[in-house]
Amino acid sequence: MNESDPRSITVVTTVNGERVERQVESRLLLSDFLRHELGLTGTHVGCEHGVCGACTVLFDGEPVRSCLTFAVQAQDHEISTVESLAPGPEKLHPIQQAFWEKHGLQCGFCTGGILMTMLPFLEENPEPTEDDVRHALSGNLCRCTGYQHIVDAVLHAAAMMRSDGGHG
Amino acid sequence: MSGVIGTSVKRREDAALLIGKGKYCDDFTLPNMTHAVIVRSPYGHARINSVLTTEAAEHPGVIAVFTGRDVVNSDIGGVVPTGWLLPGIKTPEHPILATDTVRYAGDGVAVVVAEDRYIARDAAELVEVDYEPLDAVTDVLAAVADGAPQLFEEAPGNISFDWDLGDAEATAAAFDRAAHTVEVDLRNNRLIPHAVEPRGCLASFDDTSGELTLYVTTQNPHLHRLLMSLASLNLPEHKMRIIAPEVGGGFGSKIHHYPDEAIASFCSMQIGRPVKWIATRSETNLTDAHGRDHASHAEIALDAQGKILGLRVKTHAAMGAYLSTFAPAVPTYLYGTLLSGQYDIPAIHVQTLGVFTNTSPVDAYRGAGRPEATFVVERLIDMAADATGLSVVEIRRRNFVSKDDFPYQTAVALAYDSGNYDGAMDRALELSGYEALRAEQKRRREAGDTKLMGIGISSFIEACGLAPSQVVGALGAQAGLYESGKVRVHPTGSVTVYTGSSAHGQGHETTFAQVVADRLSIDVDQVEVVHGDTGEVPFGMGTYGSRSAAVGGSAISTALDKVIAKSRKIAAHMLEASEDDVVFEDNAFHVRGVPSKSQGWGDVVLAAYLAHNLPEGLEPGLEETSFYNPENFTYPFGTHICVVEIDSETGAVELQRYVAVDDVGNVINPMIVDGQVHGGLAQGIGQALWEHAVYSDDGQLLSGTLLDYAVPRAHNLPFFETDRTVTPCPHNPLGVKGVGEAGSIASPATVTNAVVDALSPYGVKHMDMPLTPEKIWRAIHRNGG
Repeated sequence: MNESDPRSITVVTTVNGERVERQVESRLLLSDFLRHELGLTGTHVGCEHGVCGACTVLFDGEPVRSCLTFAVQAQDHEISTVESLAPGPEKLHPIQQAFWEKHGLQCGFCTGGILMTMLPFLEENPEPTEDDVRHALSGNLCRCTGYQHIVDAVLHAAAMMRSDGGHG
Repeated sequence: MSGVIGTSVKRREDAALLIGKGKYCDDFTLPNMTHAVIVRSPYGHARINSVLTTEAAEHPGVIAVFTGRDVVNSDIGGVVPTGWLLPGIKTPEHPILATDTVRYAGDGVAVVVAEDRYIARDAAELVEVDYEPLDAVTDVLAAVADGAPQLFEEAPGNISFDWDLGDAEATAAAFDRAAHTVEVDLRNNRLIPHAVEPRGCLASFDDTSGELTLYVTTQNPHLHRLLMSLASLNLPEHKMRIIAPEVGGGFGSKIHHYPDEAIASFCSMQIGRPVKWIATRSETNLTDAHGRDHASHAEIALDAQGKILGLRVKTHAAMGAYLSTFAPAVPTYLYGTLLSGQYDIPAIHVQTLGVFTNTSPVDAYRGAGRPEATFVVERLIDMAADATGLSVVEIRRRNFVSKDDFPYQTAVALAYDSGNYDGAMDRALELSGYEALRAEQKRRREAGDTKLMGIGISSFIEACGLAPSQVVGALGAQAGLYESGKVRVHPTGSVTVYTGSSAHGQGHETTFAQVVADRLSIDVDQVEVVHGDTGEVPFGMGTYGSRSAAVGGSAISTALDKVIAKSRKIAAHMLEASEDDVVFEDNAFHVRGVPSKSQGWGDVVLAAYLAHNLPEGLEPGLEETSFYNPENFTYPFGTHICVVEIDSETGAVELQRYVAVDDVGNVINPMIVDGQVHGGLAQGIGQALWEHAVYSDDGQLLSGTLLDYAVPRAHNLPFFETDRTVTPCPHNPLGVKGVGEAGSIASPATVTNAVVDALSPYGVKHMDMPLTPEKIWRAIHRNGG
């Protein structure tokens, strides 16, 4: 993308706590911006029509479908991706730890989107029932697990986060 | 460490996936990379009059545009082959890009390569294809009707093959002397696999070395390399490296060699730059090989006591527009051979016609033929119970192959090696509280409850652990179905294992590390497992057909035998003992009867590499490869029971309970096995209640997006109640049978039997899936509800 291109727009946003500035086409999807401009490939693209939830990121703390969002809409907003949760593989966030302990993932493709959906859910609902979790999960498709171990993992994460005082 | 088999070791795969560092196909970027978009037919069937590419080629940022003609004029093979041939089969050519005729909506006609994916999509819109639409046919029975549009001149009547198995005369005689016969016409609904990661690839051809590196969403990189070398590209195998990176689910759909990876490779060979192609969701739905799509007429004959005398099935199986990689095997040898189910049936005859239709090709999808067979058998058994007045439990019990009768030769070629069918059913009945459920149902029916309770049962068998190579070769496979395992012991005693099985979510790295750790009495963390790269791993056949533990695990186990045998020679030499007196136990070699004499594993391994003092004639090093060729299929089985409640006013089904008792033999990692069962159940329940790939008569895929095609979601499913019985496989070293497909094989019949049971007061005997509220409401009201 060339700065003199009339379709080129400067976007300034905060991603995982860091300010980023890029020239982008106005039609560039936020998912493609994160993945291909910033190299944050933990955000996955499963359907590009907002149904599967694999591309879910936090937009000012709220889960959104990055495949249905333009990069330019992130101007002056804060985006968090799955890469923001843990400092490294040795120090997982409790929700990641819970998914590991309860076998809440198989192929892992949907997992980032599920984590980014469940995290704000658990922050608002620290003591969910199984039914609550299933409904909160209903916007995310997983084709591998049949969801049962994901539900177990989210309930386990809730317990871990409660005992941690709600913080990772 | 020994004893690690059978424990729920947490997956080593997960950390990277959880923090977003797993690298899937679309996550790779190569210097100077370009992006391809394939221009696809919007018609189900059309003649191509012309393809004009000038405007697209001139679009800024476009590097090249290629058509089917360009492929024909090149020196690559340009066709995708089928890998399974049947007697008399018609195998019309499947060009990677169409030249004269398109035969399904999604058939590729041109490819645009550009600097980025957005530009490539823009330019794809500028390719002008002049189509002359032809009549299309998408329904499998309509395709064989008189006057149906014809897909290929060489396949009159749209028949690719007409196959049969079993004894037709003996079966006819069984029906002649039967006290009861039951027949049904049934459909097995077409499904779209829907791995959450769409298919894709990244091809990089180095024109100085002549080497192609291909990252591709595949379940079997060596099979891809073989088929691409033989047919689509004609590059020598040693000049191709195929890498399966993290693969985001497959379920069969990533077994097959599709045109797309050959197209991207062709583009890279033409332009000398890396070319990435990633399908959109609607593109992957249009072009992934679909599953199932059978129309069957099925009959069962029983004597007065309810003992089955014979079973006869005629099936029309949709092949779609072209024969995909394993397509001919699925409705024949993976289907007809399973029609004995868990039952002792003296006479069976099955005829399958493979039928071309103007749809995406149909091939293996989780279960592949076995869910279809189970659906036929388990529906007939329930209908036979109704006809004979026996309970659905009693009729099964009366006909089960007894546990004392193994090995059991069926009337349809398979020799079941082991089983305990009563045992699994007893456990399922107990776990579900079956008697109490029936009592509750009776009470509610008598009270006129408008919520209709239904109880379904299905006892299933599968033949998996594919497969004895000589057997499948005799049946038409164009490849062997053994597996490779290479164990490399490093000088300091840690181990790297290379497996031809190629995981895409199943947890092979963890499971296989357990196999090695258990055997060598070392920590699982001392074992690295490598898979999915033809540049590193010996030739292997990949992951499908619930084969990885049974065949791939056995290959590792037999390679470990060789490692231990060689290291025992070295240990005996070091201990100055006879090799026959040396045993390997607890990570050390001991001299039998002389507790003071032993040599640690690490010392022996180091000695193998130092080679200062080896037995005469023994080579240094410690690395062994095994190609394990199974002697039989494996035969997992089980009984599943579910409870549904139907709202008689709306027809909506609520799946309230699902109990699954599976016997998959020995279990290496119970946590992973449970996860496999759950996933299979969700897919099978999805088939039963919601999923359906629907084409219009003129060839449009009407359920091509996730807004139209209902993949199960978390709130649709109950908490699965699972348990196992354990009947080890008698013929492989680990005693394992395979678990990847079990859930999807049993559950469509379980759920359908429950829904039909709920509707039985309305005279309903059979319903085809998916069991949507509309269909159920109509069934209730058609019968005066």
